[in-house]
Amino acid sequence: MQYWHFNEAAYPDLPDPETYDSIRVTLPNGTIDPGHAADLWDRYIREWQVADECGLNVMVNEHHSTATCMTSAAPVVAGILARVTTNARILLLGNPVANRQDPVRIAEEMALIDLISRGRLEVGFVRGVQYEVSATNSQPIRMTERMWEAIDLITTAWTTHDGPFNWEGEFFQHRQVNIWPRPYQQPTPPIWITAGTPSSSGAIADHDYHVATFLGGLEGTRKVFQAYRDRLDELGKPGASDDKFGYAALVYTGQTDEEGREGARELLWYLQSNKVTKPFTYPPGYMPYQVRSAALRGPNASSSGAPALSPIPDMTSMSLDDLIELGVVFAGSPATVAAQIERFYSHVGGLGNLFLMGQAGHMGHEQTVRGIRRFAEDVVPRLERVTEKVSAT
Amino acid sequence: MQTLDLIGAEDGIEFGYGVRLDARLEGSSGPLALVLPGSERSSEDAVFIEALAAHFTVVAPSHPGFGLSPRPEWCASVSDIADIYLDWLEASGHTDVILIGLQFGGWVALEMATRSRSRIAQLVLVDSFGVKLGSPTDRNFADVFATPHDQLENLIYADQAFALGELGGAPENTVLEMARNDEALAIYGWEPYLYNRRLGQTIDRIAVPTLVVWGAEDGIASPDYGRRLAAHLPHARFEQIEQAGHRPQVERPHRVAELILTAAR
Repeated sequence: MQYWHFNEAAYPDLPDPETYDSIRVTLPNGTIDPGHAADLWDRYIREWQVADECGLNVMVNEHHSTATCMTSAAPVVAGILARVTTNARILLLGNPVANRQDPVRIAEEMALIDLISRGRLEVGFVRGVQYEVSATNSQPIRMTERMWEAIDLITTAWTTHDGPFNWEGEFFQHRQVNIWPRPYQQPTPPIWITAGTPSSSGAIADHDYHVATFLGGLEGTRKVFQAYRDRLDELGKPGASDDKFGYAALVYTGQTDEEGREGARELLWYLQSNKVTKPFTYPPGYMPYQVRSAALRGPNASSSGAPALSPIPDMTSMSLDDLIELGVVFAGSPATVAAQIERFYSHVGGLGNLFLMGQAGHMGHEQTVRGIRRFAEDVVPRLERVTEKVSAT
Repeated sequence: MQTLDLIGAEDGIEFGYGVRLDARLEGSSGPLALVLPGSERSSEDAVFIEALAAHFTVVAPSHPGFGLSPRPEWCASVSDIADIYLDWLEASGHTDVILIGLQFGGWVALEMATRSRSRIAQLVLVDSFGVKLGSPTDRNFADVFATPHDQLENLIYADQAFALGELGGAPENTVLEMARNDEALAIYGWEPYLYNRRLGQTIDRIAVPTLVVWGAEDGIASPDYGRRLAAHLPHARFEQIEQAGHRPQVERPHRVAELILTAAR
């Protein structure tokens, strides 16, 4: 199993949520103290370095116009990590390809990071959560189709080495595609796509790409992974190895159960701070109009809300115990966390990658580092015994 | 999950390029009044259309993607919609047409009128979208996709008696139609937002009499914007309607119809 330290790089020092309508899109950036933001970046980058020093991998993502995530340009941060880490693999999960105008530029950015890191980059592609369409002015119509065409163009750009090719697709046109430099890894860096529901898994399996899912819990994740495995069966392809599957959870490991749970409570900021108004949560076209209609008729969503990635509703009001039970949070002592992950591993039919959301909100640097180290030193060895045993049978 | 029952292959009216649309036909005498709606629900225009039907032969389609009209995938721009209606006007042989564009439909009407004016006798624009005026940082039209529903209805209607109010208490089909219309508006008008830059250069060739009608309390596109738009049209007259917001044909249907009748005489 591979483990990835992940941090959304929030700017958590915000006014009372009662004073703003939405933490995304409209919260004025005058709220930011640039000096404090720079200090936060120093420590977040240092935490990724600690993960590398402990033998873990690192993962970054990208969001726009939001205090929940200051990584507004993930390739910039991934490029830094390429130089300040040594052994870690670097997963960018992911490039919001449906919201970017020029896939060839993304192909170039990824090739460059892959080269600078000497082949340590793994490239994720995402359609982008719904708030992003307002922040990037991206049309919320046919985004999945746009995402797949962009991925096809990017992978063609990575793998064409005999001079320019022509691309005249439905969404993107480019007459002379010939990226310099090309990726370090051949034929391409490993490719990841996120799936929130099982209906997204099929197309990912068709391409033999890695599938990642966020905060879906035991059941949601099992269904997404099973749909991927079913699709391979349908195609008559061999079964997928564990390394094709990844899951992101909130994870904090303490010396004791209580220390671990105390850390996890800090991480719940991530679930409870996503206050967004309905127009940004339900842009027309992002979901079928009947789904949007039902949502608009439902209870008002402009209170503190959970991240849109998870299929589990009402996470904001759940207790830590409920969230642990559901498999959204792994927390406690090393033995407890290892047991929780082992249970998860068995329930979802195996997975080879765990994305550890190990910092959120106001959790300080020292506490974050303690959690990372404790996991690397005391949970990883326990899990290696389990997963090796499983894969040997 | 409930969806709207869109018109089938045999229903509605065949407009240009074989595209069938849900449409209201009212009145059987007088010249053709082609009413191009905005993103209001089609029932909201009923009184206005009846008022027009006393004097005109009224045809009021729901554009592709709006209301109960299917949208062929190739129809993805306002120019495409304009072509569908122009093709139909050509084939049906109507002349002296009163072309009435309401809000989004005003944009469609402008696209038609810049392409072909021979069949149009009178152009009417009611709180119309379509033209970018001013500098890049000027917002001509409120961002309807960023505005919560209750605030949006305050911008649209002068009299909140016309508003749907809390959507949880609104009939399911009503909200479904609203949601489908929002989606269609996003398909045609997300970016650039509710305008075609080309129109800024071409509307000065619209040499047909034009009536520009504007709700005094329009919070989506201000009357000041309406006056500036009228000033760019060579034969335009501006009429402001009191006690009306963005959809005067809904709030003051008889007043708007009366202005159109006077202009068309």
